[in-house]
Amino acid sequence: MAMKTNEIENKSVPTIVPVEEDFPILKTLINGKKLVYLDNSATTQKPKQVIAAMTHFYEHCNANVHRGIYTLSRQATEAYEKSRQIIADFIGASFDEIIFTKGTTESLNLLASSLGKKLQPGDEIVLSEMEHHSNIVPWQQIAKEKKCILKYIPLTAEYTLDLEKAKKIINSKTKIVSVTQMSNVLGTINPITELARIAHAVDAVLIVDGAQSVPHLPVNVQELECDFLAFSGHKMGGPTGIGVLYGKRKLLENMEPFLYGGDMIREVSFDNASWNELPWKFEAGTPSIAQAIGLAAAVQYLQNYGMDKIVEHEKKLTAYALQKLSTIPGLKIIGSAHLDNRGAIFSFTLDGIHSHDVSEILDREGIAVRGGHHCAMPLMSRLQLPGTTRASLYLYNTEKDVDALVTGLKKVQKVFA
Amino acid sequence: MAEKRNEELIAESAAVINHPEITAAALTEQEEIYKENIIDHYKYPRNKKELSQYTCSRTESNPLCGDKISIYLAVDAGKITEISFQGHGCAISQASASMLTEHSKGMSLSSVASFTEKDVQSLLGIPLSPIRMKCAILSLKTIHKALEELK
Repeated sequence: MAMKTNEIENKSVPTIVPVEEDFPILKTLINGKKLVYLDNSATTQKPKQVIAAMTHFYEHCNANVHRGIYTLSRQATEAYEKSRQIIADFIGASFDEIIFTKGTTESLNLLASSLGKKLQPGDEIVLSEMEHHSNIVPWQQIAKEKKCILKYIPLTAEYTLDLEKAKKIINSKTKIVSVTQMSNVLGTINPITELARIAHAVDAVLIVDGAQSVPHLPVNVQELECDFLAFSGHKMGGPTGIGVLYGKRKLLENMEPFLYGGDMIREVSFDNASWNELPWKFEAGTPSIAQAIGLAAAVQYLQNYGMDKIVEHEKKLTAYALQKLSTIPGLKIIGSAHLDNRGAIFSFTLDGIHSHDVSEILDREGIAVRGGHHCAMPLMSRLQLPGTTRASLYLYNTEKDVDALVTGLKKVQKVFA
Repeated sequence: MAEKRNEELIAESAAVINHPEITAAALTEQEEIYKENIIDHYKYPRNKKELSQYTCSRTESNPLCGDKISIYLAVDAGKITEISFQGHGCAISQASASMLTEHSKGMSLSSVASFTEKDVQSLLGIPLSPIRMKCAILSLKTIHKALEELK
């Protein structure tokens, strides 16, 4: 059972094993029913491979990184930095362009804080109407502090971004454009490369919130042409407490650190300090070592499964779910009904029934969905909705799960009939 | 051997990972929160309107779920002569607003001010998890804030 010390990095995942077998929690019974987990936009379940990698680290390699010259510390450092390389390769970046953070939220706060230092009064920051709070609030704060102007790219009736309006909103005063690649509410996939070109034409930087896209789509920062990409480990089979900020090296080099302390410094005197080189300049304090290793194991798991296969699987499930959900009277999908440019995230309303009641009754059937505003209150007010119920799928979900959801929703309607 | 040890450790960690009886059977009737009277108050809420004349009003929301309730109070000689509500929310928050307004009409300000979470729960007559308790007491919170404004 126990692995040798260095196997942690080379663990291969057999692709023939049915996916469900890899996720122990999926066998859990909830209220006597088999768990149907449909809240993957909030967080995903962890494959055995990730759990094993982290357990292995704690049982055999645990030490602080970049500190000791003893064997254990060297091994921990190697595993931690190897994890960084695996993640860099996964998104087409270089080693020194990958900064470990706590998650997408911290990555975006880092950017708002560090890029914000250079903003001038009157500079403009452009976001979209479909952003998560974490890609709105940090910018609101920096805009207030620096007397900058926030602008939002509006939605079309089809729940996509209005690119024509984006071209007008983004102008020579725009310094930062920050948008999500996939909406956590609507499932809409945004045309990042096009937005990058619009932003770059006026010398603005393009930031991508990849929290929902990186786990589900092949994402390559070179192809996206983005300047920064933020994402979280726990939404892609990895642990909580670890996330990534990718940034173009040239941009990162010219940015001030976000947090100050250990690991991010080169030299400290009583009066002054100088910064470590990339990527450590942005990693203050002891990092989340086991979590970084867990995330790398998750990335390897996804790579072995194949990102293209995930896309194919989720497309099929999306077609199936949209068709099945459309048979429920009084159910309205808040998102595109077309398969192109949308992920397997289904927000919906049910006539006369609040999303929390929907979630509570579905829970009795062992079905986990999310109800509420999904940390996108501005979007909800734009759509004039108090909230939605959201089912979001991942690679381990099947048509059976969709069937369970549909049956569950019919039960919900019965309770309120 | 190793497996067994692991299980023992997990049992020991149960104090941290509160693992309730999730394998238990479906809810019993006593545990059911969507009882007939709750659904009735949700579908046909009493006093759900804006008063044409009121002494004070107050709006509160539950940031977690976006539920919003406005309370309108008409007061005379230390008593609530009319009370109504507006807003949106789940069955529990709407039913509790409906029941609570029905219950407090004609009562003295001081007795309404002394209503507690427990009173709301006994009005509803259902068991509530801590998270649903927040839905249930939104209207009570709003009434209390409105009463404070009267002082």
